[in-house]
Amino acid sequence: MPAQRDDSQARGSAPVQIAVDRAHTGGPQHAIKIRARDVNVFYGDKQALFDVSLDVPEKAVTALIGPSGCGKSTFLRCINRMNDTIPGATVRGRIELDGEDVNDKAIDPVILRARVGMVFQKPNPFPKTIFENVAYGARIHGLTSSKAELEAVVESSLKRAGLWGEVADRLHQPGTGLSGGQQQRLVIARAIAVSPEVILMDEPCSALDPIATARIEELIDELRNQYCIVIVTHSMAQAARVSQKTAFFHLGKLVEAGPTGEIFTNPRDSRTQDYITGRFG
Amino acid sequence: MTDAAIPTDKTAFRQGLETRLKKRYAQERRFRLYGQLAIVFALGFLVLLVGRIALQGYSTFIDYEVTQTIYVDPAKVDASDIGGSNFDLLVADQMLAKLGEADDELGEASGKMMDIISNDFGFQLLKMVREDPTLIGKQVTLTGPVKADAALYYKGELKRSTPQDERKLDDRQLNWLDKMQASGAVSKGFNVGFLTKSDSTEPEQAGVLGAVVGSAMMLLVTAVLAVPIGVLAATYLEEFAPKNRWTDLIEVNINNLAAVPSIVYGLLGLAVFINWLHVPRSSPLVGGLVLALMALPTVIIATRSALKAVPPSIREAALGVGASRTQTVFHHVLPLAMPGVMTGAILSLAHALGETAPLLMIGMISFVPGVPEGFTGAATVLPVQVFIWENASERAFHERTAAAILVLLAFMIVMNLAAILLRRRFERRW
Repeated sequence: MPAQRDDSQARGSAPVQIAVDRAHTGGPQHAIKIRARDVNVFYGDKQALFDVSLDVPEKAVTALIGPSGCGKSTFLRCINRMNDTIPGATVRGRIELDGEDVNDKAIDPVILRARVGMVFQKPNPFPKTIFENVAYGARIHGLTSSKAELEAVVESSLKRAGLWGEVADRLHQPGTGLSGGQQQRLVIARAIAVSPEVILMDEPCSALDPIATARIEELIDELRNQYCIVIVTHSMAQAARVSQKTAFFHLGKLVEAGPTGEIFTNPRDSRTQDYITGRFG
Repeated sequence: MTDAAIPTDKTAFRQGLETRLKKRYAQERRFRLYGQLAIVFALGFLVLLVGRIALQGYSTFIDYEVTQTIYVDPAKVDASDIGGSNFDLLVADQMLAKLGEADDELGEASGKMMDIISNDFGFQLLKMVREDPTLIGKQVTLTGPVKADAALYYKGELKRSTPQDERKLDDRQLNWLDKMQASGAVSKGFNVGFLTKSDSTEPEQAGVLGAVVGSAMMLLVTAVLAVPIGVLAATYLEEFAPKNRWTDLIEVNINNLAAVPSIVYGLLGLAVFINWLHVPRSSPLVGGLVLALMALPTVIIATRSALKAVPPSIREAALGVGASRTQTVFHHVLPLAMPGVMTGAILSLAHALGETAPLLMIGMISFVPGVPEGFTGAATVLPVQVFIWENASERAFHERTAAAILVLLAFMIVMNLAAILLRRRFERRW
């Protein structure tokens, strides 16, 4: 019974979202960037996601919330096909990025990951210099033709990630020598440097202190003018602060999705209600 | 039930806690003592072993040389047939003359003299006269070693107190040696020849150069084959290969191969490389091939564990910015695993360096009086040289055995130092 209900709700929620998205951001330009339909994910015999259908708007932050093990990270990793790297993981269903199915044979996961950047839970800079960390993606994709151009890309990426002021004078020092929050912004700069269209963030602040978290949240707010951002978070307060759209996952199912304000003030499903009021999770 | 487990009597609980705490500390002290004892025990054995070898072998590095002017008697040297003249006899006669003795008719005295001075004098003189026949009829100054038995007398290992028929040299020869030393013709010095000469039938002229060069060449072949192949195989298995029954089977087999006795690799090398592929036997090439086979499983296992130790977050980071799997492995994972790979590779090479058994199977146990002529020439290697000398009957060779072991140990220490330095170089300490 619940499966059927989630299904209908996810499908039926689309028009409502668009209406409220518009109210939120004040324009009709918020088209759908990612359209997921009936996504099922299996890790071996275990099913991790059940018929998830979700629309992710362009130039906005979409938060995925839910208790641990509910499948929100799994869904996130489907978008840039990071699940391909897990042995025994299979993905069924359709995930469209600008109308193209990302699981299509014609789509190269390497190109896809250049279009869809990712930031992980634990800051994971390469054990190289700050400059090399940011330059790496641009270099392997051949985005720049000269050293000056590469330096410009590094500088603008670090500026956009709000880290330039702190590291401008020590670009050639190890990236792993930065503080946790700086490392996370470095990793965001690294993702930005390949000019992605979408940035996926998997609990980017869970390893950071409140001040670093606030800094990252500010950054996310600035970045949403240019990118489509999907963020997985455990903190409901964070979802409320940074996102325009929220999707609540529970036990591998998408329970409810809609404009953040609506989800938090007027949840339609009792499980969403229980979760956001802290009754479980 | 859980309620019963919580003690209600606080003082009894405290006391129990204290006794348990005492026990815990006692246990810790005991364990530390065991550990220290184990280390003392291991170090003791090491000191005993190396000390004994060093004591036995150090005297090889001391040699005694005689410097004497020799009159190249025209009556004894035929200018038209220089090669046919007996220079050994000439030198012996001259040496006797310096000691105020003359040869008897049977040549007994000169024969005894030839037992205490090296035939290196004869070789030297032959060479000099060949190059410059005008030396005939002139005085020539020669320096050369005494025979190994004479050196043993000078070193005090061959004693006059031993009954004459139980030692190699008789009283008359010992008197000559004393006289020569008293006349100042004998000098004691560092035995450079042991490091610059190759094997010889005469112990005083035998050195380890051929074996050291042979070992180095063989090791080069082993390293060039085993390290790249092993690292690539391990990288493929760890990073690219699907995990299925086949790769499991391969993994089990590799682990088993690492435990195969080395002599089996020798038999394999004999059958495959020598009898089938006709690689020249006893050459550094065939030795290197066999040892490469032997080192391969170890290199693979070491590389795989080094790759496993690289945090998965680095792989995710690289894949996340759109690096391909190959780029991820070669730009990030392998460089991070490099210190471990290097250490594993050098340790397995050091192990290969000390290997003897498989080399005996491929004909390396032969007398090679020189440095190998290229990778397909006949060669000997240090551990085999040790084996050959240890089997020799002359006592002086046993001294050389210990000295060769010291050279082998020095070679290994150099390799291990190289491993540490490489590790430091590749290690990213950030």
